[in-house]
Amino acid sequence: MEKEPKGDDGGDLKLLGLTVSPFVIRVRMVLQMKAVSYRYIEQDLFIKSDLLVTSNPVHKKVPVLIHGGRPVCESSAIMEYVDEVWAASTTGASILPADPYERATARFWAAYADSKLLPAWVGIMWAATEEERTEKVDETLAAIGRLEEAFGECSNGKAFFAGDSVGYLDLVLGSQLLWFGVLRKMFGVVVIDDDAGSKTPLLASWAKQFVETDMAKEVVPDVDTAVEYLKKLQAHRPGSTVTQLLS
Amino acid sequence: MAGEDELKLLGTWASPWASRVKIALHLKGLSYEYVEQDLDNKSELLLSSNPVHKKVPVLIHNGKAICESLVILEYIDEAFGAIGPSFLPADPYERTIARFWAAYIDNKLAIPWAQAFKANTEEEKAEGLKQTLAAAEMLEGVLKECSKGKLFFGGDNVGYMDIALGGLITWLQETEELCGAKFFDTAKTPLLFEWMERFSGLDAAKVSLQDGGRLVEFAKGGGLR
Repeated sequence: MEKEPKGDDGGDLKLLGLTVSPFVIRVRMVLQMKAVSYRYIEQDLFIKSDLLVTSNPVHKKVPVLIHGGRPVCESSAIMEYVDEVWAASTTGASILPADPYERATARFWAAYADSKLLPAWVGIMWAATEEERTEKVDETLAAIGRLEEAFGECSNGKAFFAGDSVGYLDLVLGSQLLWFGVLRKMFGVVVIDDDAGSKTPLLASWAKQFVETDMAKEVVPDVDTAVEYLKKLQAHRPGSTVTQLLS
Repeated sequence: MAGEDELKLLGTWASPWASRVKIALHLKGLSYEYVEQDLDNKSELLLSSNPVHKKVPVLIHNGKAICESLVILEYIDEAFGAIGPSFLPADPYERTIARFWAAYIDNKLAIPWAQAFKANTEEEKAEGLKQTLAAAEMLEGVLKECSKGKLFFGGDNVGYMDIALGGLITWLQETEELCGAKFFDTAKTPLLFEWMERFSGLDAAKVSLQDGGRLVEFAKGGGLR
């Protein structure tokens, strides 16, 4: 299919999402970076729409990108798809580096951020006991500690994991920052500490830069929106899993 | 030979994740040094190559370590793009489909399977089996719709999804022995059964998959990691 690069509306492009979901935020940021217009359709995960259920019958989760009527599911697959289809975009470099080893490194740490870090901080929010909460806080801090080290290795002294501009791993971890704000506000838990004597000084500086990017400002809702959503979930579904919470 | 690639694979003979990587390397025609790991007594090499997870498989290419089996598959596909077949299709949309189903295999098949196998209660086991068999049905559906009479999930040739599932074949074949119900059932999932036979017949599979009897003995002896 022939595609015009800049300001391309991608033909028929829809995104089914939840504004506070890290999985959705990261996809929206890629679309923003590529200057691709799309129709955003907020989903109610309590009462799933026909469109969501038919587009993602296997998981019935967001995000789902529907391009020319064809659904793309799984946030990581969507990010790579957008990156590949709009590769010629003049407004955004590729989110993955060209070198296969660097790509593997980004994918490895992204998988880590989603499988070790994310479930840990979600666990803080749903912990039934103080003991469980403490355990989840420890797990979260251990995981963020690993990512602090990874940042030192990947960034080569630059602003982002990917270097001078935001890349795949920046998006996967950066899309979780909103909820770190919720953890601080509602639970007094500080995941990335920007005070003197912080154990995560590199990530603290990275986070500041990330939230200041145009696409973060466009796409990421404020912490209060996320707090309200969490309260709604707590009222309706005590003990929900990650799945029900954020996708 | 100038510019020789040094490839080393850290694995365990029982690991289906390591089998995936062996299959991929074989399909590409790549030679490598295989180093069997003792997970009860982890080697310095394993610990330094995969400090985060301390797990197999780890592929070490010219001294650089790549971890996580699906990440390794994509790495092999990209680093050796000019050699042998490609695992992922060229078309971006088809790539998302392959990646979607590989993730499904890891999350919706392997995890419930492990639950069924390790279950402490009948209830847990039943739930794990139910999800495992549902995954078999789902994959049957994928073959019916997507392969359009072709031999593999990837079409005429073995692709990423085939390798992702293929590495697990011996474990899945022994589901009845280990968990109480058949995974590859020629009556319930005929296309999947045929796929399994076809895949198992490939040279790459023969050198990479475990012997069923030995695997059952190992698993029953408490060897599953």
